[in-house]
Amino acid sequence: MSAETSDPYLKISNLTKNFGNFTALRDISLEVFEKEFICFLGPSGCGKTTLLRAIAGLDIQTAGEIHQKGKDISALPPSERDFGIVFQSYALFPNLTILKNVAYGLENMKKDKAYIAKRVDELLELVGMPEQGDKHPAQLSGGQQQRVALARALATEPGLLLLDEPLSALDAKVRAHLRHEIKELQSKLGITTVMVTHDQEEALTMADRIVVMNNGVIEQVGTPFEIYREPASPFVADFIGTTNFIKGTLTNNGQVQVGGMTITVTGTSKDLSNGSEVLLCIRPEDVLTGSRADDADNKVESAIDHVEFLGSFHRVHMKPIAGDGTDFTVDVSVARAREMDLSLGAMLKVALPADHMNVYPSVS
Amino acid sequence: MSDAAIIMGKAIKPKTSTDDWIMRAMMLAIAAYLLLAIALPLYAILSKSFQDPDGMYIGLTNYITYLSTPALTWSIGNSFKVTFVATVIVLFIAFIYSYALTRSCMPFKKIFKGVALIPLLMPSLLPAIALVFFFGNQGVIKEWLFGYELYGPIGIVMGEVFFVFPHVMTILLISMSLSDARLYEASEVLGASKIRTFFTVTLPSMRYGLVSAFFVAFTLVITDFGVPKVVGGQYNVLATDVYKQVVGRHDFQMGAVVAMALLLPAAFAFIADRLVQRKQVALLSARAVPFEPKPSFTFDMVMFAFCALIALIITSVLAMAAYSSLVTFWPYNLTLTLKHYNFDLMDGGGWSSYFNSIELATYTAIFGTIVIFSGAYLVEKSRGFHKGRSIMQALCMVPMAVPGLVLGLAYVFFFNHPDNPLDFLYHSMPILVICTITHFYTVAHLSSVTALKQMDPEFEAVSQSLKAPFYKTFWRVTVPVCTPAILDVSMYLFVNAMTTVSAVVFLYSSDTTLASVAVLNMDDAGDQSPAAAMGMMIVMTAATVRLIHMVLTRGLTQRTQAWRQR
Repeated sequence: MSAETSDPYLKISNLTKNFGNFTALRDISLEVFEKEFICFLGPSGCGKTTLLRAIAGLDIQTAGEIHQKGKDISALPPSERDFGIVFQSYALFPNLTILKNVAYGLENMKKDKAYIAKRVDELLELVGMPEQGDKHPAQLSGGQQQRVALARALATEPGLLLLDEPLSALDAKVRAHLRHEIKELQSKLGITTVMVTHDQEEALTMADRIVVMNNGVIEQVGTPFEIYREPASPFVADFIGTTNFIKGTLTNNGQVQVGGMTITVTGTSKDLSNGSEVLLCIRPEDVLTGSRADDADNKVESAIDHVEFLGSFHRVHMKPIAGDGTDFTVDVSVARAREMDLSLGAMLKVALPADHMNVYPSVS
Repeated sequence: MSDAAIIMGKAIKPKTSTDDWIMRAMMLAIAAYLLLAIALPLYAILSKSFQDPDGMYIGLTNYITYLSTPALTWSIGNSFKVTFVATVIVLFIAFIYSYALTRSCMPFKKIFKGVALIPLLMPSLLPAIALVFFFGNQGVIKEWLFGYELYGPIGIVMGEVFFVFPHVMTILLISMSLSDARLYEASEVLGASKIRTFFTVTLPSMRYGLVSAFFVAFTLVITDFGVPKVVGGQYNVLATDVYKQVVGRHDFQMGAVVAMALLLPAAFAFIADRLVQRKQVALLSARAVPFEPKPSFTFDMVMFAFCALIALIITSVLAMAAYSSLVTFWPYNLTLTLKHYNFDLMDGGGWSSYFNSIELATYTAIFGTIVIFSGAYLVEKSRGFHKGRSIMQALCMVPMAVPGLVLGLAYVFFFNHPDNPLDFLYHSMPILVICTITHFYTVAHLSSVTALKQMDPEFEAVSQSLKAPFYKTFWRVTVPVCTPAILDVSMYLFVNAMTTVSAVVFLYSSDTTLASVAVLNMDDAGDQSPAAAMGMMIVMTAATVRLIHMVLTRGLTQRTQAWRQR
């Protein structure tokens, strides 16, 4: 990743896309730097694919500009932009062989035959599919087809690679494998890449930076770690990973009144006035249990409602700790669970460490 | 979300690429074609109905004359009566027939399916002629009508049921084969009886198919001209009235008025059908499991008996047509002869009308397929230009609503107008080709669209990103992938161009007589055996083309097996 002081490779300014009366994207601004791997992440209908298609010129925005390498490409048709694209459906030409598919873009550049043949071999080697060139797409597995689609998109050496949910149609195992391969290939080639996905695991493992979107706006832009540890809004906290929400009232700085309890928090730098309604967020794995809870702040005790066994850990659902009715979950590792009583109805003492809690204004 | 956002950025007007310009120009060309071939002629016939013989505007006078002439208004009632009866009967028979094909385990299903399509190979005049040989005044089994007269409503209904049967059967067959086996399993597991399952699962799942079949049958019958022309006798219907006004009485104004009266119910049925079909979208989920019937001896045998009876009737009509074309002098001298095939000795244009028909069908198939498939591609796959595309799509649907007789007459008014620079086309082969392509445009357009819709919509996006011009991808990917559909469309156009009478009956000249029109004229002149002989030539040609089409399609599927498996 290049330093953010340099000029962005892709600059999106105040972009809005309307479909009739429906606003799919609302005043989006974003910068993507050279060699970066960016993921647009969000629930379906959030506008992430619309944004990708605007960058590609396939569905040009209603307003707002896009600059690629300093050049204004806002109004250009796709054929005059510089990008390669891979779709969820692969979109390989079914009647052409793998070789012809990969060579398709090169032939349009009027390259000579020898060059094309060499380049196609290279690309198939690169995506790990040498010697499959004479087959047709339908004779390949989904994962193989997606590799070919990737080779075809890279063939013309575009400056920008766009991936539209490239792994969503694949089996879980193939997906995990290809995830790693694409990421490796991307850093090897150093090609600026934008990928759309609704799969948070994919985004967290592959992206240099994640753009979390919801309802046509960007909720947060940050590294996977930032997005996970310091979500900018309750939406981000809820959408990525699992989070407990606790409603409370801010009393004085660092103190939140929850039901009858007072909870100490840090980092309420956001503009929150005393007495305002707030939402506390803490992830289940950050809640302290057993001996670690003994000498920590914000101790809470509640009865166990039910326990889910999730392989490497138990997710303990506790009766509401405040009077607001939402249940509260704590992750307990298998090792730690051996020392604890996780039977139904048992009382469990936990602590909510202040430095792992985020405070948001309550939206009602 | 739905409120219009305050736009902060600069509004963007997408740049139109070279590809876009080419596509728009092509679309305009096809839209111009449709304008000339359907919109303007329709306007010409409409305005003609408001004019006196000298071309002066006289308002509704023609319509008032029409409505106050009982001889003419009777036809409206007659048309509706026979159409309604024929439609109900054909729906009933076709329903059981297709039910047997999809829901029973009877033997010889493939043969039954094939036999049911035989009427598609004939001009509707031919089954009517065969009916004359069966039930006419000198018919072999005329006593089966219990003394009733063939000529009139009985004959029309019988002929129309035969003629429309394959169309209705195909629609019902498709709608029945789209059923989801899981619903039947659920119904069975919940303990519903067979009859209850039929009323709660089978019928609801095909109500759109039934409604659609009803409207298609209704339109085909009310607009058909061949059957009532041959066996209608004194029983006038709208379609024969148009013909009589124009060809018999040269009263073009009244012809236009009756044509309007014929256009109205056809257009209405068409619109109603489109509305119903729009609702049918996504009736069947992608995960549906196709229904597999289980053997049941009694049910299968009952179904077999029914289908065998229907198939026997269909084949005997064909056999009678063939036989009557070979008999020396019906019913007095039954020795077989080929003399009726010596068309050059009869009125109707002789063998040259047969070759004209082949020429017409070939041109229609070639040019029609090119125009219609490219048009469908542009409507379906081009970028932006939404208004232009939806206007184009609407224009493509119009021909379906226009009966052939109305279209043909409209061409007379439009192309024969002294002020029309396209006047030179009148009485030529090109005008016959244009008229025939236009007449069958919609069905061919819709099957092209269906084939195109099955292609990944991202092909165009990918090829743009690879800087390939659209025509390259069209030629290298779209056409090869859609070849089966393209072959279907060209076969459909060829066979229909061979068999159609209604659209061309006003447009042929002495140089461009056609086989189907020759059937009409020879029958009119009382030469029923030669008429049947010419009809058989059409049937044999259409059957040959279907056979070639089958071989081609099979060969193609085998050659492209490597990539067509999905």
